[in-house]
Amino acid sequence: MNIFDYVRPASVDEAVTAGAQPGAAFLAGGTNLMDLMKIGVAQPGTVVDITRLPGLDGIDTLPDGGWRIGALVRNSDLARDPDFAAACPAVAEALLSGASAQLRNAATVGGNLMQRTRCSYFQDPISACNRREPGSGCSALGGVTESHAVLGWTDQCIATHPSDFCVPLVALGARVEIAGPDGSREIALEDFLALPDDEGPGGAQLGAGELITALILPEGSSAFAANARYVKLRERTSYAFALVSAAAMLRIEGDTIAEARIALGGVAARPWRVAAAEAALAGKAADAGAFAEAADLLVAGATASGDNAHKIELARRIAVRALTLAAVGTPARMPALPASVFANGADAHA
Amino acid sequence: MPDTLNPTAGHVKLGSNSGQPMSRRDGIAKVTGAATYAADNRPDGLLYAVYAGAGIARGRVTSLNVGAAKAHPGVVEVMTPENRPPLALDPDEKHHFFAWRIEALQNDTVRYAGQPIAVVIAETLEAATEGARLLAPTYDEEPARIGFDGGEAYDPPTVGIGGNPTFEKGDAEAAEARSAKVVETKIATPMQYHNAMEPHAIVAQWDGDKLTIDTPNQAIVMARGGFAAYFGIPPENVTLRSPFLGGGFGSKAILVGPQLLCILAAKLTGRPVKLTLRRDQMYGPVQHRGATRQTVTLGTDGDNRLTMIKHHSVATTSSFDEFIEGAANASQNTYATPVLKSSHGAVRQDTGTPGPMRAPGEATGSAALEVAMDRMAEKAGMDPLEFRLLNYAETDPASGKEYSSKNLRECYAEGAKRFGWAGRPLAPGMMKDEHGRLKGWGMGTAMFPAPMFQAQARAVLKADGTAVLETAGADMGQGAWTALAQIAADGVGLPADKVEFLSGTSDQPDGGVAGGSGHTATAGSALFAAGSDAVAKLAEIAMKDPDSPVFGADNAGVEAREGRLVRLDDESRSDSYADILARAGLSEIEGNGTGARNPADAEARAMFSHGAVFAEVLIDPDLYQIRVSRLVGAFAAGRIINPKLAASQLNGGMIWGVGFALHEEGIHDPRTGRPVNGDLAGYHVPVNADVPCVETLLIDEEDHFVNALGVKGVGEMGISGTVGAIANAVWHATGKRVTSFPIHISALL
Repeated sequence: MNIFDYVRPASVDEAVTAGAQPGAAFLAGGTNLMDLMKIGVAQPGTVVDITRLPGLDGIDTLPDGGWRIGALVRNSDLARDPDFAAACPAVAEALLSGASAQLRNAATVGGNLMQRTRCSYFQDPISACNRREPGSGCSALGGVTESHAVLGWTDQCIATHPSDFCVPLVALGARVEIAGPDGSREIALEDFLALPDDEGPGGAQLGAGELITALILPEGSSAFAANARYVKLRERTSYAFALVSAAAMLRIEGDTIAEARIALGGVAARPWRVAAAEAALAGKAADAGAFAEAADLLVAGATASGDNAHKIELARRIAVRALTLAAVGTPARMPALPASVFANGADAHA
Repeated sequence: MPDTLNPTAGHVKLGSNSGQPMSRRDGIAKVTGAATYAADNRPDGLLYAVYAGAGIARGRVTSLNVGAAKAHPGVVEVMTPENRPPLALDPDEKHHFFAWRIEALQNDTVRYAGQPIAVVIAETLEAATEGARLLAPTYDEEPARIGFDGGEAYDPPTVGIGGNPTFEKGDAEAAEARSAKVVETKIATPMQYHNAMEPHAIVAQWDGDKLTIDTPNQAIVMARGGFAAYFGIPPENVTLRSPFLGGGFGSKAILVGPQLLCILAAKLTGRPVKLTLRRDQMYGPVQHRGATRQTVTLGTDGDNRLTMIKHHSVATTSSFDEFIEGAANASQNTYATPVLKSSHGAVRQDTGTPGPMRAPGEATGSAALEVAMDRMAEKAGMDPLEFRLLNYAETDPASGKEYSSKNLRECYAEGAKRFGWAGRPLAPGMMKDEHGRLKGWGMGTAMFPAPMFQAQARAVLKADGTAVLETAGADMGQGAWTALAQIAADGVGLPADKVEFLSGTSDQPDGGVAGGSGHTATAGSALFAAGSDAVAKLAEIAMKDPDSPVFGADNAGVEAREGRLVRLDDESRSDSYADILARAGLSEIEGNGTGARNPADAEARAMFSHGAVFAEVLIDPDLYQIRVSRLVGAFAAGRIINPKLAASQLNGGMIWGVGFALHEEGIHDPRTGRPVNGDLAGYHVPVNADVPCVETLLIDEEDHFVNALGVKGVGEMGISGTVGAIANAVWHATGKRVTSFPIHISALL
């Protein structure tokens, strides 16, 4: 690990100033940054420790019924906040399906948004990677690509965003509150996590010195509380990133879906949300035909970025599964194996 | 009541220590941090060494920025082939059957990605790490050769360690032609990395030409000789301390390049040096299990009895050395067949050299054999267990010898009963759980040889009624500190708390290798013999001492119980160890013992541990995620010294089987040869959620031939039946036959 300066600002303004210096990196939970520093992928000249900044650890309801979650709230604290988990159960389930208990105790809300892809070529400093070093190329193309994208990728980058948490957040239309040298701004999480294009690899849209201060869940986020699930497919039952995942939320009135939200994880550089898929569900009965149609719309245009074409069919199926489970209803208690396909049933040993 | 007999012939009656489910004697030390692993040692003046690993898989290093590394604050020295101190042996020389060709900066050649190419030595770990990065090597690169299709195929002269690559009994081709049914099964297994929790670590200190090293090792006295040979000093000049190993699994038995580099760094700097591998460095120089491609051909007659087993396996090895996974040999000793053929091929690739990894050969080979057996049972329309019982081997199929003991039949029966195997539908896809998940049941036979090696031990009975027994044994987590101490206590006829057991250091009598599932049998036999020897000497003194209550008991004999010698013809007459020694004016009395198999018994009998593993899987009907919801293994392995630790070992073996079947896969980029998943986030092993229900049944087995204690081994067998059992359960759930491991979702889709 390189030699770096360590500063601990006392306020958000101080943090923004320190973070604006070239080569500075903010340190919160450190569950990703420290790993990247150890393997030489991140080499900050200054580590700006924001863990003790005041006022960034609140979980608050907003007057409009939305939520404001401080950037330093720990993943485990948010997932276990009874009011939040009751209002946004799919978000809580996604959080609890990620990493391990130890990591969730350390990782923060803001850090989860800022975590880097787990593409093995990004994590190997010798490999070419446009995300790590713009213009160097993409070694993942033609490489080992089981974890790579089938949607929204270009030759610039075929990596996926690894977060579980962000999948239901994007489905809910969450916004990111950012402090910066030029004041504060808000941006939709979906736009914050930019896809690659022909010119660049995409990634988190955060300028020098900009610091995530909060996550905003808009008005109406709680409206799906009765029918919300996150489902995550993986080859190890726990402690693994998603091969594919889906967050599904339904607002059901009588026999029909009044409003639907669905997003896929593990398939693109950001959680994948398609307006047409959600629109297709609105006004329909919550049945297999409607779910299949929405899933088809969700994966429309998907193409393999390598030896991963099977992920397209898996993505379609997990969308159907998440919608099906959401229609059944949010479980009364958090399953022992959150988000697992083995979550339900007496055999789902904790 | 502990009692002891001299191990004359036949079955030895052990005292009350053996057979008890004692908790680990080192457990408290381990959970409180008092147990020092190699990397916990910090001698005064310690420096830290970090090696730079090659970023290419084949070629030559053309430059290293040594200046940049040396300029980094805290860096003391950079060791390259230019300034590396001399070795007495060429590291490319195989000077011993247990010596691998290893890398110790002998030249600028790169043979695999991650190979050490320079060592940076610094005042801190961080400085050494950054110094290694600053070396920024350049290369003259040649294309990497990776995988079966990328590498060069050849016929290996040996498999495993010195094993014969081919075995043939009868004419397989003729038998195949005569068979009523023939089934050919192809199975591929991937490269697997040991990934012990504790990475390879070493602390080296020189004092003149005396060397002290702390490093985890599975064969301590042999390793001492190896290190001494490389540095041209007598073995007694080397002290190797290895009291605790955080897992070994075979990869800590053989000396590896990074260990030599640390010792060389200590020599170069004249200070103690520590070198600890990072997790990503464990995917190169410290061995792995080679990938295999296997073909198993089974033939049966009209009564569904096997007419032939033909097993061919091709395994990967490195470009410069060989260790060929002896997968095909697993078919030689499991099922009754008049005709047997096993053969091996090999492919050279640009990776590190493979080595023994828990159940080398048996794990991979039985995975293929058990799938093949299941397919033949299917073809015969028979229950898989019934088919295996029909082809039960009453004598060893390869040698024709009688077994020293074999209680596999009861393993099948008890395991099946516990699991609830009866009533299993023959056809696949018939069972579901209450949530609509596909459910399948499969089984496999577990089998592993019961070898013994050579070991020595010393026992000292003391005047205060206690004893000290010692041997340089190795506790990798399997429980040697406890199980060997139990045998040692029985050897001297004392309760375990009166016995101090010393182990894990090279100045003790050679405890042999903790490998091949033979450590308890071998080192345990040595300890028991040493204890018996000390007791016999004590008895000799007492029986000749007119003041002793056991005077003149020679013909009737005495028995050691609770620190006393008791006359067998009059149990009211006994003498304590302390009194005997006091009257004789002795402060202590020493006994010595060896552990090794009786050659006549070894020649006459086939010796194996056996078991039966039953697996239940649940599979999502759309998404095909697999979960092993139940595993039941019933195992017979001779006398069980400590049922708690033995069950723990066997559970661990079965859990490894889950990892083999569903998770473990060492992937190298075929273009660069670099590991793609070289960390524990990418290289998956099972977590608790993957093993909700694992149960071991220990089946009684008395063996009068393996050794006087009747002990076989339990370290590796648990993997062998489990992998096939899971694959067969997956078929039973889905109707899809597994052709490669690990079983991916994409293969079932």
